[in-house]
Amino acid sequence: MTQPAGWARLDPRMLAVAPGQELVRFLPLLVIALLAGRGGDQPFWALGVLVLAAGTGVLRWLTTRYRVDAERVEVHSGLVFRQHRSVPRDRVRTVDVTANPLQRLFGLAVLRVGTGRQQETKEELALNAVSAPEAERLRALLLDRSQRVPTTGPAPAPPAGQVPPVTAGQVPPVTAGQIPPAPADQTPPAPAGQTAVRELARFSWTWLRFAPLTVFGVVAVGALAGTTWQLLEQFGVSPFDTDIARTLLEWLTGSPVWIAALTIVAGVLVIGTLGAIVLYTQTWWRYRLTRHPDNTIQVNRGLLTRRSISLEERKLRGVSVSEPLLLRAGGGASCTAVATGSGGSGQAQLLPPAPRAEAHRVAAQVLREANPPTLWPLRRHPRAALRRRLIRTVLPALALVAGLAVADVWLPSWPWQLAAVLLLPASVLVALDRYRNLGHADTARQLITREGSLVRQTVALQHQGIIGWKIEQSIFQRRAGIATVTATTAAGSGAYRILDVELPEGLLVADSATPGLLTPFLVRPADSDRMAHLST
Amino acid sequence: MTGLSAPRLRQPAHRVSGKAIIWWTVQALGSWLTLLGPATIAVLFVEGEPGWITTGLRALAVLAVAHILVMPSWRYRVHRWEATQDAVYTQSGWLNQEWRVAPMSRIQTVDTERGPLQQLLGLSTVTVTTASAAGPLHVAGLDAGVANRLVEQLTATTQATPGDAT
Repeated sequence: MTQPAGWARLDPRMLAVAPGQELVRFLPLLVIALLAGRGGDQPFWALGVLVLAAGTGVLRWLTTRYRVDAERVEVHSGLVFRQHRSVPRDRVRTVDVTANPLQRLFGLAVLRVGTGRQQETKEELALNAVSAPEAERLRALLLDRSQRVPTTGPAPAPPAGQVPPVTAGQVPPVTAGQIPPAPADQTPPAPAGQTAVRELARFSWTWLRFAPLTVFGVVAVGALAGTTWQLLEQFGVSPFDTDIARTLLEWLTGSPVWIAALTIVAGVLVIGTLGAIVLYTQTWWRYRLTRHPDNTIQVNRGLLTRRSISLEERKLRGVSVSEPLLLRAGGGASCTAVATGSGGSGQAQLLPPAPRAEAHRVAAQVLREANPPTLWPLRRHPRAALRRRLIRTVLPALALVAGLAVADVWLPSWPWQLAAVLLLPASVLVALDRYRNLGHADTARQLITREGSLVRQTVALQHQGIIGWKIEQSIFQRRAGIATVTATTAAGSGAYRILDVELPEGLLVADSATPGLLTPFLVRPADSDRMAHLST
Repeated sequence: MTGLSAPRLRQPAHRVSGKAIIWWTVQALGSWLTLLGPATIAVLFVEGEPGWITTGLRALAVLAVAHILVMPSWRYRVHRWEATQDAVYTQSGWLNQEWRVAPMSRIQTVDTERGPLQQLLGLSTVTVTTASAAGPLHVAGLDAGVANRLVEQLTATTQATPGDAT
């Protein structure tokens, strides 16, 4: 088939990988079918799956083409459902290169391009799959505004050291022609002639102690167990019917209740911990956070599936240090980028659960600050804030207990008594903690806000990333003289708030974070007649 | 920050149109009618309903009348807007109030919206969006002519500003 000029195909090696990938997905099904099936038609069925998987792979290779020109990245794909994706190059925010074990074996990688606006996070552009060097080349090409990228294409690279405006013809269209042999490691070597890649953080074995403090382990194990169970049941194997399960059940039902309960709790804990450690290792093994000469920040991580996420520093608007309760109790924290176009889940995580000091250090490094802005001494919030936290946390708990107590007529009375004994004190503690954690500050370059108890978040938002203010006062807040002052931004969750701050204090902070923006709308009773504040 | 007294927000310069009171009143009336109307009819024509339903309905009706009488004029006193060379500033709400400021350089789109009732009253709602997911600024119940001038002014100013407003 002839290729239109400038358009490149996916790497042909994906033809070998794609059916394999499909097979991996169907592997449990295949195994179970072959083991538990009764008729003699399993081989045909398996062959069918194989043919189908290979067919879709070939079709995808035949129909997918991509091109990067001076202005846009374009991808054509599909036979029945034709798709044409086109993204302006200056909208490219993140580039995500992922390679699972099979793809790594064949030297392939999947490239995903994250684009701008919040609403368009699903409008992702993906190439599945290209060769690992090609993925690297595309990543560099897409993220480097200065066009100093070594290209393998026919056209010569533009002169280095300049930042020319992008013009047609200067950037060679991407061709997948010359592919050097894929290195086993996905980490790209620093391009020669440029300043070296700077390492901001790297994986440490000792961090594994934080793995059990994330709930993901338990959830992951639960999900895995659930899926396996369903699969087994679908193929007529009742997990209760196996010898192991029967022995276990007999032993459990034969022992006293408290021993059985203790065993189950211990079992869940052990399995959850192991699951969490395995998951942590799989996700964050050989984690490395680096800053590159082309002003991108890159996260490399993963044991089996290697993932490499690049974020343009220009799109970075701040960082967030988050401490879920368990992790906080264990002295840990993780760090996330607040960046435009990184609305997708987990896309912008800069640091796995790690020691708290490390999280703050990474926050400072990423923002190019000498001292962690997230450790800036924060101003406490007024007592009215405590009252609001108490009302907002304890009242729902109280309502629940009251509801259960009223339902006493139909229910046994232990639920509401249990709720009263456990839930009420817990809610008071959470409310106190939420108040204690409230804080805000304004540094020379960032606005800092902190809130939350179950997940405490400290956000450092760059001043230049603030694109507006929202000041809210409920009738109760008005009476107490406090307000919720929210900085709006194009990045992250779009709004970061200072909860229940005294209104004048909130306005002062907002005014100093965005000099001049709020000033014309403020009056200061003492000097309003002199208009002195307008000239400062 | 030292040496300056505690600041407070001043009110934006312009009120919305006085006809907005009618608009809000009709809107509130409509929602209360759809909420309470069917139940009231049922109570009037069905016999033997429990007494607490009637009592509840009466209480809600009192609340509705109070809301319809108080909310629109309260809102009218609160809702204000202003557009300077550098920023758009709005004040809205009644029980709960909200002030919003968006710099001209960060404005992405400016829309006007006129529902059937607003058209009848010659009103417009101007919506100003920024790149933030925190939601747009609304100036509701503007006189249509004023709204058009505001949109023109905002469009002209934002077009003169380079950048992608993020």
